[in-house]
Amino acid sequence: MNAAGGGVLSITGLFKEYRSGEPVLKNINLEIEASGVTAIIGPSGTGKSTLIRCINRLVDPTAGHIIFRGEDLSQLKGKALREARCHIGMVFQEYNLVERLTVIENVLCGKLGRLPIWRPLLRKFSDQDITRAFDLIDSVGLSQEFASRRADALSGGQRQRVGIARALMQEPSLILADEPTSSLDPKTSVEIMELLDQVSREREVPVIVNIHNVDLARRFASRIIGMSAGQVVFDGPPDALQDTHLNEIYGGEDWQA
Amino acid sequence: MSHTAVGLRARPAAFLVHWPSRLAWIGLGLYVLYAAGQVNVSWDRIVSGMPQAAKLFGRMFPPNLAADKLDLITTGMLETIQIAVIATVVGVLLSLPLSVMAARNLSPGWLAAGARVFIAVCRSFHPVIVSILFVKAVGFGALAGVLALIVSSLGFIGKLFAEVLEELNEKQVEAIRSTGAGFLNVLIMAVLPQVFARFIGLSAYQFDSNLRNSTMVGIVGGGGIGAALFTAYQRFDYDVVLTILIVIIVLIMLAELLANNLKKIFR
Repeated sequence: MNAAGGGVLSITGLFKEYRSGEPVLKNINLEIEASGVTAIIGPSGTGKSTLIRCINRLVDPTAGHIIFRGEDLSQLKGKALREARCHIGMVFQEYNLVERLTVIENVLCGKLGRLPIWRPLLRKFSDQDITRAFDLIDSVGLSQEFASRRADALSGGQRQRVGIARALMQEPSLILADEPTSSLDPKTSVEIMELLDQVSREREVPVIVNIHNVDLARRFASRIIGMSAGQVVFDGPPDALQDTHLNEIYGGEDWQA
Repeated sequence: MSHTAVGLRARPAAFLVHWPSRLAWIGLGLYVLYAAGQVNVSWDRIVSGMPQAAKLFGRMFPPNLAADKLDLITTGMLETIQIAVIATVVGVLLSLPLSVMAARNLSPGWLAAGARVFIAVCRSFHPVIVSILFVKAVGFGALAGVLALIVSSLGFIGKLFAEVLEELNEKQVEAIRSTGAGFLNVLIMAVLPQVFARFIGLSAYQFDSNLRNSTMVGIVGGGGIGAALFTAYQRFDYDVVLTILIVIIVLIMLAELLANNLKKIFR
């Protein structure tokens, strides 16, 4: 529709109803630029997760268009959908690593969309992929000794780093992060956000982050989107986000110290 | 009423009587008593049977270790083991796709329902009954036993595998799906790692079960030690029977050891 607009991702008129008549997302229109961290804030249950999952179609939207790399993601099926997903990395609140696989196997999972089944089955990954996986483990701040450790032996922060390495293994044009810091302690949360920010700048990948922590959003995002009751109620740079906006997003003001 | 006069406020009972479960237990107890009356289980019969049993056990000792008998038993036992191994391996391999089809979180509803019906049919009959059918179909010998045990393996591990698959951690599966991986790659990297150890455990259990059942299928002509055991009973060669029983017990114990070690290796 607007490939000339410079946006990597363009969402128009997005609706999602899990039960008919009860929309979780009501007419979302967003344009995501080519790089930088975009933070989506808003109370629990307001549709932040649903929005992110509609983009890579872990959730099917009810109506609307999601234009990414010249294709409408909302219409894709089967092979075309899997092909599109290859270009979208995702980072999860609970890391969602395959617990019984090693760190490097988890990272190599990022390649699965582009591999014939015999390669993962026999663990015959190409030298190139293995080298890249080691480099990524290194670049997300883990020592390469971690490569052969099982994911269930790692701490939360280490797991999230592996999760980010897995997303980067996809060589994504877009990274979605669904509450990536909500299961982590405050210090580790900052480190993970720093890492996502760094990834976004160095690799020139736009990152969309759902986040509860408004301070972290202000500190690391170049753009903040405030959602309330399934609608976008604020969209602008962190500096423009005032207390009145927060009241509108979260309702009331008792929660603000 | 007069009790409340003491001054204690009446309080609701802490543990309510759950009448449905109490009735169920009482019903079960009554039925067991009734059934025991019907099938003539009585102390008298047990007492009068004792000397008979003593005589039988007396004739069993010492076990017969004559070379020709041992030869016969070895041949039969080896065939029994072969039947069990082949039936387990083939049964497990066939159960893998079958259980994926039967798992409601991995397959569309109609396919899962169909696969479940098939599994239930496989499990409906005792292996001995199934092997009578196969003896009629393919003739006497080990093949009939192998086929019968494959069917019963499908019935059991197909169902157990499917249940394990339905307890999958969906988050791990979702993450791999989000990388753009196809269905088979998701199975290999997200599903298999989660369930592999339990599949090994269940397969070892099925092997154990097949080993026991493969001693039985011989009785109806399905090959293995069962034939020798049955002949020995009919000829009143109770000392040979004892030898065979001892060998079976040793074999089952070895299978148990093997299963434990396998579980340790694939944790």
